[in-house]
Amino acid sequence: MTRKHTISVLVNNQPGVLQRVSGLFGRRGFNIESITVGESEEKGLSRMIIVTTGDDNTLEQVSKQLYKLVDVIKVVDLSSNPMVARELALIKVNAEPGIRPEILGVVETFRAAIVDIGPNTLVVQVVGDSEKIDAMTELLKPYGIKELSRTGVTAMIRGMVK
Amino acid sequence: MIVQTKQKSKEQLHEELLKPDTITGSEMLLRSLLLEDVDCVFGYPGGAVLYIYDAMHGNSDFNHLLTRHEQGAIHAADGYARSTGKVGVCIATSGPGATNLVTGIATAYMDSVPLVVITGNVATTVIGTDAFQEADITGITMPITKHSYLVRDVKDLPRIIKEAFHIASTGRKGPVLIDIPKDVSNDTAAFYYPENVEIRGYHPTLHPNKLQVDRMLEAIAESERPVIIAGGGIVYADASKELIEFVEKTRIPVTTTLLGLGGFPSAHDLWLGMPGMHGTYAANHALQNCDLLIGIGARFDDRVTMKVNGFAPKAKKIVHIDVDPAEIGKIVETAIPVVGDVKTVLQLANLKAKPSKSEQWIGWNQENKKNFPLSYQDSDTELKPQYVIEMINDTTKGEAIVTTDVGQHQMWTAQYYKFNHPRSWITSGGLGTMGFGFPSAIGAQVAHPDRLVVSINGDGGMQMCSQELAICAINKIPVKIVVINNQVLGMVRQWQELIYDNRYSHIDLAGSPDFVKLAEAYGVKGLRASNKEDARRVWQEALDTPGPVLVEFVVRKEENVFPMVTQGSTIDQMIMGDS
Repeated sequence: MTRKHTISVLVNNQPGVLQRVSGLFGRRGFNIESITVGESEEKGLSRMIIVTTGDDNTLEQVSKQLYKLVDVIKVVDLSSNPMVARELALIKVNAEPGIRPEILGVVETFRAAIVDIGPNTLVVQVVGDSEKIDAMTELLKPYGIKELSRTGVTAMIRGMVK
Repeated sequence: MIVQTKQKSKEQLHEELLKPDTITGSEMLLRSLLLEDVDCVFGYPGGAVLYIYDAMHGNSDFNHLLTRHEQGAIHAADGYARSTGKVGVCIATSGPGATNLVTGIATAYMDSVPLVVITGNVATTVIGTDAFQEADITGITMPITKHSYLVRDVKDLPRIIKEAFHIASTGRKGPVLIDIPKDVSNDTAAFYYPENVEIRGYHPTLHPNKLQVDRMLEAIAESERPVIIAGGGIVYADASKELIEFVEKTRIPVTTTLLGLGGFPSAHDLWLGMPGMHGTYAANHALQNCDLLIGIGARFDDRVTMKVNGFAPKAKKIVHIDVDPAEIGKIVETAIPVVGDVKTVLQLANLKAKPSKSEQWIGWNQENKKNFPLSYQDSDTELKPQYVIEMINDTTKGEAIVTTDVGQHQMWTAQYYKFNHPRSWITSGGLGTMGFGFPSAIGAQVAHPDRLVVSINGDGGMQMCSQELAICAINKIPVKIVVINNQVLGMVRQWQELIYDNRYSHIDLAGSPDFVKLAEAYGVKGLRASNKEDARRVWQEALDTPGPVLVEFVVRKEENVFPMVTQGSTIDQMIMGDS
């Protein structure tokens, strides 16, 4: 059954490692919906969070092929456990002074934040799972979105890591 | 011959090499290669590796063979590696030198051949500026190397070389690239060669899960129609003896893939031949009728399985033994996965292996082998390529190291040469690289100066690396070079005849050189035959002549390779041909 998988990949923080991982997905025909990378808890290692879709066999192959890369230390399928997944988006929306209170109402409802105010625009910062960000974006669309930037998903398993 | 007898003992040499002197990156490279017991490096100099070549100047401990093209160098290193089991090494300069290696790296990667590929690069100060002869070779080769390094600091160089040899030669073997910028090869540091390798993300599983081995043995005990498909992994793991013991204890018939040929003796009565597109009737029908299929060091390539969802349909269970876990379940659903070094797995299995209930099944397979042998219609007027291969087999008693290029001649050799020893068969399987056959024979001959090395090529592939005739002549490398000349791209012709309705599109190799004159132009003896009598005479003359000889056999143009399974068919839907 095809479904969404969120995979955590612990890698050596080496030049080219993102290319190795993303290139492997590309040439093996695996899908990447989102990929994020940043420092991990250990110096010299980075953690990539990759969201992909596929059946269980595809996931098994993704994991096995990733392990073949010498720079890959550990691969965990986060979505097989209860997990926390978060994405951040910055949304620059048209906001003439008269309309701002209305937008502010939407932002507060979503527990988002205004992080910049320009003469005719606001920048909204929203953190949450991908669905929340989609919903926020939909609600802001009628005002006119001038720019949108999303980070992609970062995630971890709740409680103790198995 | 290029390999000279070393004056110093290995111990003396190692003691000298391990001195903690402050030396350049180039000298570190040479010392490290010698410490890895590298006999001969194949290469081609250029701007970015000039410091390295300068360090070689006058170094009597270091053997280097100058080819005429980087592709020749890497295929030679590949032939060296396949024929010895050691790591093959080649050196090329940056940019075009490095990109000329790409075909050879991909060839080695597909066939799991251990290589350490050294490339020069422009200086670290100009990397990324599109400098003269700059190419991002680590980026270009990322999908076709087991691992790669761009060395940024000379202090890292010895560790990287140590790691590269370790990665190339352990687990599932493969090519590792080390890209050395020009300034790094000239920088200096104190030399220290590490004794051990510790790479956190690299721990191949060599010892199998014993429970899985037991499950395999149970499945064998229950099985009535078991069959083994043995691949290149048998040869690479030096597990031939263990396989023979396993087969004889369990009484399971064996088929060997293209790369597995020689991994099990073809003279053995439980051997069924090669499976797949040009496999034998007995092998393909055994696979389609077995109730238990055991893959050993074989990756279920599409040329073996053909239509995958009709492959081994009666197998109740598939066992897959492989050192690379990613191969298990990649193509066929596996009931019993055994991850581990093939030799170790078989040694463990042999401790408890018992006969399967296969005697009736063995009889059925042997009937198939007897009733549907490989055969062709011989001719007294035209020279048949199969006849040439049989003749080479008869005269060498199957004891030569044989390399081939890619195409019809390759399949005829796989079918009609009877391989009884591992590492005596060198061919490009996975990538199907034309131009591979002849230079790989040079590498095999350099590694085995006293053995007979026969390189069998088509007229197409021979023209893809024929420039290496020069190094055979100059270095007196006594390869017997066979050109099976049918004046066309034969395998393409065969497909166009059988699948594309005789629409022969761009396959005529008219304008090929006179191969005898071509050989002579390089100072290599050339001979030609176009009938059986001449064929036997000139081949014997070639064998009797010291040094390299090129023998051209002009064969029937229309000859096809049979049996054949066309794409989209299952492997028992075989075109048996016109024998």
